Amino acid sequence: MPQLSFRGGIHPLHKTHHGKGLTNKLPIRDAAPPRQVTIPMSQHIGAPCAPCVQVGDHVYLGQKIGEVRGFVSAPIHSSVSGTVLSVGPHLVAGGATPVCVTIENDMQDTWDPAIQPADPDTLDRDALVKRVLEGGIVGMGGATFPAHVKLSPPKDKTIDFLLLNGAECEPYLSADHRLMVENAPEILKGVAILQKILNASQCVIGVESNKPDAFDILTKAAEGTNVQVRMMAVKYPQGSEKQLIQALTGRQVPSGKLPMDAGCVVVNVSSAFAVYEAVCLGRPLVSRVVSVTGEGVNSPANLRVRLGDSVSSLLAQCGGLTDGVERLVSGGPMMGVALMTDDVPVTKGMSGVLALQTKQLGDRTQTACIRCGRCLRGCPIHLLPFELCNDVEAGDWERAEHHGALDCIECGSCTYVCPAKREITSSIRIAKRQILASRKK
Amino acid sequence: MSNFTVSLSPHVRDEDSTRRIMLRVCLALAPAAVFGVVVFGWRALLVLALSVAAAVCTEWLTQKCLKRPVTISDCSALVTGLLLGLTLPPHAPWYVPVCGSVFAILIAKQVFGGLGGNFVNPALAGRAFLLACWPVQMTSWPAPAFVDAISSATPLADPAFAGSTNALLNAVLGLIPGTIGETCKIALLLGGAYLLLRRVIDWRIPVAYLGSLLLLSYAFGGDGLLAVCTGGVILGAFFMATDYVTSPVTPYGKLLYGLGCGLITFAIRRWGAYPEGVTYAILLMNVASPLIDRACRPHKYGEVKEHA
Repeated sequence: MPQLSFRGGIHPLHKTHHGKGLTNKLPIRDAAPPRQVTIPMSQHIGAPCAPCVQVGDHVYLGQKIGEVRGFVSAPIHSSVSGTVLSVGPHLVAGGATPVCVTIENDMQDTWDPAIQPADPDTLDRDALVKRVLEGGIVGMGGATFPAHVKLSPPKDKTIDFLLLNGAECEPYLSADHRLMVENAPEILKGVAILQKILNASQCVIGVESNKPDAFDILTKAAEGTNVQVRMMAVKYPQGSEKQLIQALTGRQVPSGKLPMDAGCVVVNVSSAFAVYEAVCLGRPLVSRVVSVTGEGVNSPANLRVRLGDSVSSLLAQCGGLTDGVERLVSGGPMMGVALMTDDVPVTKGMSGVLALQTKQLGDRTQTACIRCGRCLRGCPIHLLPFELCNDVEAGDWERAEHHGALDCIECGSCTYVCPAKREITSSIRIAKRQILASRKK
Repeated sequence: MSNFTVSLSPHVRDEDSTRRIMLRVCLALAPAAVFGVVVFGWRALLVLALSVAAAVCTEWLTQKCLKRPVTISDCSALVTGLLLGLTLPPHAPWYVPVCGSVFAILIAKQVFGGLGGNFVNPALAGRAFLLACWPVQMTSWPAPAFVDAISSATPLADPAFAGSTNALLNAVLGLIPGTIGETCKIALLLGGAYLLLRRVIDWRIPVAYLGSLLLLSYAFGGDGLLAVCTGGVILGAFFMATDYVTSPVTPYGKLLYGLGCGLITFAIRRWGAYPEGVTYAILLMNVASPLIDRACRPHKYGEVKEHA
């Protein structure tokens, strides 16, 4: 079968098979129930939620504790049953300190009695979307865009393709991979619900070819449905929304527009699983699979973790850190966020906790650009990254905008391949910020 | 416990560095250099050693004097010196490689800001300088070992050579007079293939260069293969024209640039006063590179219409 792909892209850490071997054969296991959880009111792109519980309140597992304040938002639910200890700011991955609700676990796991299972066949589209919204589901690949917004395209947009993202192109991570292997039937139930909501004529699940087991299991599970499972080439950033669309449909998302402007909606396979749980079981998003991995972790694992559990407790359950760990990352090595401390809670978008030793970080001594063109070959948007880097060094934001800085998806491919070790992606980030700031004026 | 360092993503880097790329180029040039020394003798080795030493020393001295960071460890001066040496006659007097390297590094490279700032290939600029200063020394060719005939002219200027029966075979094997590094096409192609396989260079420039020269020669009634296999075309196409800093980065730009190199080489050889045109062809196209890149910007992702 031909492997689909996009133009550009790179093969990060190909010598170690993208670091996937540390965890991709390990079954998902439940993390130990935490004594307490600290649940941020902002785990998505969009307006933060307002806490709707107070200190001393008893909460059920799955009870809503954060209410949405706007359309682009997703409610927050308690991941344990117990008592609210505090409501206040706490450090999260990325360095922000949003309001968090800390709950002491009573270890009873008493589900909210209001939670009722439902048969999706008996529900109409609006009711299905409502259950997705009430489930607090966001894009779980890391972008954390509220799912119900994607599922409510304006009336004038026809959605031709529902695309399921099973690429998991970030090195090291295997959370989606294991979920596809172990929960394929549930994922396909979620896909069926999404299909009913969007009424898309075609539905494709894209899986990178380094996950043949997931591909086979999904193909088998999809027999008799109109869901196609397609093999994609192993290439980073295959799982980026725009590149996935190009690989699976041949279409491109117009510059500055959304996937729906190309007639596509892309949903992560983990999010599809969460849709199944929210719609069929009525259970909101209160846990997710996290790959705790990297050469700096003593015994890497794929853990099903309650949201709000702390990164330090995950690391402790994986044998702790080895000597010489210099970098702790939430997410993958290409687009993940560096953590200053392991005292941060697990959130909806945290697909991995990665510990890297100094030697994996690589040499970073910067030298002059030699125009080797590797950044240009790797750029999945076909920009000239080195040129943008020069624009930034010259402080010429207009030129950077003219050169397409705003189209950059910050995948980090250019920085990864640069033999002069230039911080190209970071420079482009600066340019994007400056351009957007000057537009607001 | 917060002894972790933070930075923006990505958190990992490829192993390749500028230094590694430069060392690969040196490795790729090794077969041609070794062949040159074997057939032309110890004086060829002296020329190579002098040009390399002068290039590296000049880089070090200039950077020390200008109080810039010393970057000789990136090995780019080594490559420049080696490339220049390989384009010199085997018996060139000592001051030829030395002056050429000093000009290449000081004037063509450091004056423009060092590595990455130069707009012409330093080695070729050095060679062009030497051609202007010492035209006689730069065009006297001793015969290689294993060859009886003593020839004083480059085969390009010798009509008797092109007519001889084994002309092409001798040109491929390198049993013809020429500069230290340009004669043995097998050694050069070996190095070129290595660079292509290691993806140090892109196929577009050498293929467009050699292809256009080949076709043009045939089109004007010459022997295309012989045209490609004589003079410095192969050395130039794989090792000089592909210099990152001074050639286009865009895919179509590379093709156009290679085409231009082939065209100018052919024009100089056929209608010009010089028998060989590789140096000036590449230098002229170096200067045109920024314009070519501007004309050949790739379309970025998303330059499409919306679907209704």
